Amino acid sequence: MILGLFNYWVFVILLMVGLYTVMSRSNLVKKMIGLSLFQISVFLFYISMGKISGGTAPIVVEDIPPGTEVFYSNPLPHVLILTAIVVGVATTALGLSLVVRIREAYGTIEEDDILEMEAKD
Amino acid sequence: MLLLIAGAVTVLMVRNLFVATMLLGIVSFTMALIFISLDAVDVAFTESAVGAGISTVLYIGTLALVGAQEKERPKFAPVPLLICLAVGAALIFATFDMPPFGAADNPVHTHVAPRYVHVSPTEIGIPNMVASVLASYRGYDTFGEVTVIFTAGIAVLLILRQQRRRKGDADSDMVLLRDGLGGSLSGLGSAHDLIPHVIAKLLVPFIFLFGLYVQFHGDFGPGGGFQAGVIFAAGIILYALVFGLDFARSVINEKAILFLISIGVLLYGGVGVAGMLLGANFLDYNVLSSDPVAGQHLGILLVELGVGITVTAAMLAIFYAFVGRADLLISQQAEQEKNQ
Repeated sequence: MILGLFNYWVFVILLMVGLYTVMSRSNLVKKMIGLSLFQISVFLFYISMGKISGGTAPIVVEDIPPGTEVFYSNPLPHVLILTAIVVGVATTALGLSLVVRIREAYGTIEEDDILEMEAKD
Repeated sequence: MLLLIAGAVTVLMVRNLFVATMLLGIVSFTMALIFISLDAVDVAFTESAVGAGISTVLYIGTLALVGAQEKERPKFAPVPLLICLAVGAALIFATFDMPPFGAADNPVHTHVAPRYVHVSPTEIGIPNMVASVLASYRGYDTFGEVTVIFTAGIAVLLILRQQRRRKGDADSDMVLLRDGLGGSLSGLGSAHDLIPHVIAKLLVPFIFLFGLYVQFHGDFGPGGGFQAGVIFAAGIILYALVFGLDFARSVINEKAILFLISIGVLLYGGVGVAGMLLGANFLDYNVLSSDPVAGQHLGILLVELGVGITVTAAMLAIFYAFVGRADLLISQQAEQEKNQ
């Protein structure tokens, strides 16, 4: 029972690390990395929910020996996460390109420094 | 699993952003292995190609433009830590109400999933349930996601291809581009690195072949448009990294990429509209052929092709935009110096 929740706990810890990185680091690239960690943890959560013990990948098995039943893991979370990963990298790229532009406009990617410069103006 | 946590914490601690990026790639790859053990082969595919491949390249491209050292500052931040711990505690508390891991009668498995698992092999007629759910049952969602990728690709192009308007402040950060913190990425890959050249030349055709296999065999085994798209893009990016951007540009240039991004989305939408014209709902493939199952086959094949084309082109557009940025700035600077 307790071990049964292990995957979810790993998810929570990864999520906390990601969240903490986003909130506590002022470097914008580091923040993006934190967001990626956060994302990965959510992927783990979904895929863990879709797993059935003793199940197999959701691709039809053709020659089943008679009398046995095949369990497939739930394909729906897989579909959601599959697309989420690719969309995730596209949005990450968008964020990183904004970071590049910020670096060009301010000469730094540290959030504190940028806020200071804004306050001075 | 514990490796994951260790990796994540090190990512948080390490100062050098380059090292952090590499560690993030390792975390992604470990995650892909875990996905395999959790039966999610399609997802593992995507995660290893995207997480460990393309996103690492993108981060490194960014670091080349912005510098890789994080500023030294007091490490401990009490308020965020407290918030994180509170969130974590709440979530851990919530996990005790979660149904046990892996049980077959969890609520997740009792709603629409049985239909996907039991009916789709006969209704759609392809063995890979992930592909049939992705392209047929949830075709609207996937169309939306392809559009998101399309939009993100266009947005990155708009942001990074923009010319500098203000001229006065150009000097301060231009210097950085020359002193090693950044540099022209298109000069990548000198002619003397024999080993990478030979290896890449050997690998690239196989990567493409594998990409095609994943694209068109996706109905029967793990694979599909998203995975094939990133594999293709990874092949071309490898080529560009080893041989230089100019060679890659001569293989597939920016105009072709822009064209392909839109072609993919149009193909997907076109299949949907074709269904409508034949008297069914948007993205209803049953009418594409006289036999509904054959129609589903055709529809899924075309839709996955559209997805693959858009994903490849969007990833390449993003990559070219990042790599081309340094060149753009350097050429602008040279022009300004000429004018002065």
